[in-house]
Amino acid sequence: MGVARYIKDEKDRINDVILQSGIHIKPLYTEDDLREIGFDYRKDLGNSGQYPFTRGIHPLGFRSREWTTRQYSGFGSPRETNERWKLLISQGQTGLNVAFDLPTQMGYDSDDPMAEGEVGRVGMAVDSLRDFEIAFKDIALDKIGSGLTINAIASIMVAMYQAVAEKYGFSKKEISATPQNDILKEIVGRGAWIFPVEPAVRLIGDVIEYTVKEMPRANPVSVCGYHIREAGATPVQEIAYAIQIANAYIDNVLERGYNIDDFVARFSFNLDVFGNLWEQVAKFRAARKLWAKNIKEKYGAKNDRSMFLRGIFGGGGGGLTKEEPENNIVRSAYYALAAALSGAQTMALCSYDEAYTIPTPHSALISLRTLQLLMDEVGLRDTVDPLAGSYFIETLTKQMEEKIVEEMAKIDKMGGMVKAISAGYIQKEVARQAYEFEKGVQSGELIKIGVNKYAGGEQGEVELHEYSDESAIEQIKSLNELRRTRNNKDLARTLKALKKAAKDKVNVMPYLVDCCKAYATVGEMTGVFRGIFGEFVEPSIF
Amino acid sequence: MASKKIRVLIAKPGLDGHDRGAKVMAHALKDAGMEVIYSGLHQTVPSIVKMAIEEGVDVIGLSIMSGAHIPISKKIIELVKKEGLDDMIVIVGGVIPAKDIPVLREIGVAGVFPGGTPFEESIKFIKENVRN
Repeated sequence: MGVARYIKDEKDRINDVILQSGIHIKPLYTEDDLREIGFDYRKDLGNSGQYPFTRGIHPLGFRSREWTTRQYSGFGSPRETNERWKLLISQGQTGLNVAFDLPTQMGYDSDDPMAEGEVGRVGMAVDSLRDFEIAFKDIALDKIGSGLTINAIASIMVAMYQAVAEKYGFSKKEISATPQNDILKEIVGRGAWIFPVEPAVRLIGDVIEYTVKEMPRANPVSVCGYHIREAGATPVQEIAYAIQIANAYIDNVLERGYNIDDFVARFSFNLDVFGNLWEQVAKFRAARKLWAKNIKEKYGAKNDRSMFLRGIFGGGGGGLTKEEPENNIVRSAYYALAAALSGAQTMALCSYDEAYTIPTPHSALISLRTLQLLMDEVGLRDTVDPLAGSYFIETLTKQMEEKIVEEMAKIDKMGGMVKAISAGYIQKEVARQAYEFEKGVQSGELIKIGVNKYAGGEQGEVELHEYSDESAIEQIKSLNELRRTRNNKDLARTLKALKKAAKDKVNVMPYLVDCCKAYATVGEMTGVFRGIFGEFVEPSIF
Repeated sequence: MASKKIRVLIAKPGLDGHDRGAKVMAHALKDAGMEVIYSGLHQTVPSIVKMAIEEGVDVIGLSIMSGAHIPISKKIIELVKKEGLDDMIVIVGGVIPAKDIPVLREIGVAGVFPGGTPFEESIKFIKENVRN
C-alpha cells in the first residue's frame, strides 16, 4: 500500500514525493548530493561486519547464511499444541513459537470472569505448570528453542518454562527461551499491559538479569518497533521509539550493577517492513548504524557483538487489504524484497488472507515460498548490501538517520521513554499518525490499489473462527482439579515468598520458579503482582 | 438546543488491545465537532455503561475486533435499556463480517461501521440519529 504522498500536476506528472517520514524525494540524485551530506564511506558505512554496521552485521551477509524463516502459527489446547509441535519437529522445524490466549497474556486464570469468551481463542490457555507439562511433553528442550509471545507476564512464563524443563530432566543452562518481553510496546501499540510502567519495566529487567546469570541460551527481550508501526507510527518513529524502549530496559539492568557488554548482545528487534521500498531500505540501514552508535557512544560498549542490531524485519500486515486479497501475495513479495535488500537475518511474512481471517496452511506456504524464492531464484544472496553507494539510497539513509536522531532527542528531553509513555505522549503521537494515515487513504492521497484506485474488484469476506466453549469448559475443569489436588502448604509458602521479593525489589524470577513448581496459577502469581504494583491507568488522551 | 455538541463515548470492551481504529474514530468525530471520550482498554459492559452515564453521552461507539461483537452488544443494550437510557444510541465498529450486520441491527444496535467505512458515513449517521 502506498505510504508516500504524490503531488501531481494536471497531466499526471509527479512534482513532489513526500515519504511518510516527511522526507521529500528529488527527481534526480547525483554525486553532488553525496558531497552535500558529507558522505564518508568509512564513517557512514564501513564494510559489512565493521562498525557502524550500516551495511550489515556479518561480513558476508546472505553468502554465509540465508535468512531464517519463521512463520508464526499455532492455537489450541495444550494437548493439540503438543501434537502439532511434534509433527512440525518431525518435519524438520527447529524452533517453536508459543502463542498464548488473551486471558493468559493478561494474567487471568481461565475461570476468571474477565476471561469469559476468550479462553484458548487466539492461543493456548496456560493456567499452571500442568498445562506446560502437557504442551512440552516428549519435546527435546535442549535442542528445540521456544519463542514465548508474551510481555506483561513474560517473567512468569520464563519461570514456568524452566520449571517444565527441569521436570523433564533438562537443566536451565541448556534450554533456549525467547520471550518477547517488551512491555513498553504493549502500552504504546498492542494493549496487553497490566502493571504501571515502572514496575512493568522492572519485571522486564528481572527477566534479563536472571537469564544473563542462569539461562545462557535465552534471548530475554525482543524489542518490537513492529507493533508501534502497525499502530500508526511512521518508519522514523518506529526506529526512534524502538531504540529508546531498548534503552529503558538497558538502563534498568545497568542500575543493577551490570556492564553493557554483559547482556545487550542478547537483545533482538522485531521491525516492520511495509511501505515505500526506498524508505524501508534506508530505515533498516540507518537503524543498524544508530543502534551501534547508541550502544558504543552512549553506553560505552567494547564488544562488537553488543552493537549488532539483530532481528526479524518482516510481517507487513499494515499494508495488506481485504479488497482483492490475492494482490497481497504480490505486495508481500515486494515487502520481502525490501527486507532482503536490507540484509534481514530473520524473516516472516503475513499471509495474504491475514487481513480477514486466520491464515490457511496453503496461504502460509505461499509466504514461505516467497521468502525462499528471493534467496534462491532472483539473486538476493549474491552480494552484501547491494544498494550501497547509490546517490539516492545513501542520501536517504542519511536523512532518515537525522530524522530518527531528532525524534530520539525529543524523548531524551522528556526524560526518557518511561516518562514519555507514562505521560501518554508516545501513544498520542502514534494515534495522531494513524489518523493522518487513514485520512490520506480515505481522501485517495495515499494510494491503495483495489481500494481507492482501480477499485471494485473482489472482496475478501471477513471470516471469524467460531468460538467453542467446549475446550474452555475442559480447561476450567482441569484447573479446578488442580486446585483440589495440589499441595496447599507449598503453594502458600511460595506465594508468600514471591510477595516479599516483589515488595523488597528483589529479582522475582527464582521465586516465580518455586511458585510454578508448587502449581501456583498464572492468576495467583499475577494477583500477587497486582496487589503490590497496582494496575496501569491509561492516560485518557488520544 | 440545536447547537449542543454531540457527546460520544468510544469504548473498548474485553481484553483485546488493538485500539488503532478506536482512536482513529475518536479523532475523526472530534474533528467533526463532537465531544469525544475514550474509555481506554480492557473495559467491561458495566464499566462502559457507567462511564456513559457519568459523561452524559448521546452515543456509545463500541470498537470490537475480537469476534465477540454479538454477545457484547447484546449485553450493552440490555444494560442501557435497564438503566432507562432511552435517548442513548449504540453503534459498533471493528472487524464485523457482513453477515452479522443484520443480527446486530436486530439486537438494537443503531448503526454498524466495519473497518474501512468512510468517516463521513459514520459522522452523518450519528448527526442524523442522535435523539436530542
